[in-house]
Amino acid sequence: MTDIQINIKNKTYPTATQASISNFKLALKSNEFICLVGPSGCGKTTLLNIIASLDKDYDGEILVGQQHAYPKIGYIFQNPRLLPWRTVRENIELVLNEPQPSEIIDELLEVMQLTSVQQAYPERLSLGMSRRVAIIRAFAVDPEVLLMDEPFVSLDAPTARQARELLLKLWQQRPHTVLFVTHDLREAIALADRLVFLSSSPMQVISEITIPIPRQERHNESAIETFRQQLLLNHPEIKQLL
Amino acid sequence: MPNLKKILPTLSLLAFLAIWQGVAVYLNSNTLPTPEAVTQVFWQDCVSGQLPFHLGVTLLRLVVSFSIAMLLGCAIGIMLGRNKKMDAFFDNWLVIFLNVPALVTIILCYVWFGLVESSAILAVVINKLPNVIVTIREGTRSLDQDLLDMARCYHFGKRKTLVHVIWPQLHPFVMGATRSGLALIWKIILVVELLGRSNGMGYQLHLFFQLFDVASILAYTIAFVAVIQLIELMILKPLDKKALRWRR
Repeated sequence: MTDIQINIKNKTYPTATQASISNFKLALKSNEFICLVGPSGCGKTTLLNIIASLDKDYDGEILVGQQHAYPKIGYIFQNPRLLPWRTVRENIELVLNEPQPSEIIDELLEVMQLTSVQQAYPERLSLGMSRRVAIIRAFAVDPEVLLMDEPFVSLDAPTARQARELLLKLWQQRPHTVLFVTHDLREAIALADRLVFLSSSPMQVISEITIPIPRQERHNESAIETFRQQLLLNHPEIKQLL
Repeated sequence: MPNLKKILPTLSLLAFLAIWQGVAVYLNSNTLPTPEAVTQVFWQDCVSGQLPFHLGVTLLRLVVSFSIAMLLGCAIGIMLGRNKKMDAFFDNWLVIFLNVPALVTIILCYVWFGLVESSAILAVVINKLPNVIVTIREGTRSLDQDLLDMARCYHFGKRKTLVHVIWPQLHPFVMGATRSGLALIWKIILVVELLGRSNGMGYQLHLFFQLFDVASILAYTIAFVAVIQLIELMILKPLDKKALRWRR
């Protein structure tokens, strides 16, 4: 895995008077889990779409290693975006452009606890399950960057926590570089190696904070809450973003 | 009452035949033969090979012109639905072709290209094509952009995107165009045959009209309706079932 540099000088939508993103710089270390935290509508999804090469109308560059290139992407959208006419397993198989041994998918399904529904059509799944399928699909392509756009929003608290734990388990088994968008600070602290706080438009990086809590203590909610309180105390500039 | 629901279609069919029989017996006229007389003519024409021959010729024309119209229509419809500039350019053409009466197209095709098979087929295709294009264009415009974006960032490529993302979404529109297309095309084909061909259902019906042979007209009509029903039951319904199996 290689480091990735994102450098967006300017992104303005054709109809907008103001830039959505300007002078945005972010370096992703290999296998690092980064949470992007910022107010809604600040341009986080725009940023992810640029990295995923869905939006090419911007001024800037993306470097994979030393190369000007787009990284190989696994994108987990806010809506799972599964094909309703394909079963869970077929949805995952479809993104693999070269044939892969079926054990890889078996394993991913197993970790995400979806083995029993692999032949079901997505309409029969709950939202939480569909999102887990989307996570498997993204991991299955073995991407250079995993983009996650609030993948656990509008799940009830226990379902969201379960999904987060499964995600972490999968990520620890198969480390990948992750860009995870959220505006839930507790969720960000529970997941990330590093938090990146973003201002509203034009989007810029306000501060970057490395989280020192060891991985094995991340499920401890009081440790996360204590860290959150301290964070807000020591960094008053991020309070307005939440 | 599940049993009653099952036999109701049969009952209604029997009622229809009974009314027909009653009116025909009451009028006792050459212009409305009884179901029995029609069945007799139907059987005779089947045995003599006349009906199967003319029905077959018409069906062949139907299959050829329908296939051409659907293939071209789907391709052009998807293209116009995906490309705004082309759509803006060709929209007027579509409106013109949609509104030219079928009879005018048929006459012009025969006048310009002669009384030959290919101009008959061309006339049918020109009549049907704009309908297919409009239906498929609407379908393409309503494609889910989210799924298309998903396909793009997972590098599906053109073929995979078409087969797995676009086509399943277009399925209801294609089936709609198919059903309305079959109904429309066979009516137009009869006119085409009546005006410029020396075989097929249209030609035969014209002949029977001149002879005032209503029993034959009804026999041919029933044969045709039955064939179209068979196509619906044997081909379209199973296709629907297979394509929509994922729906709850």
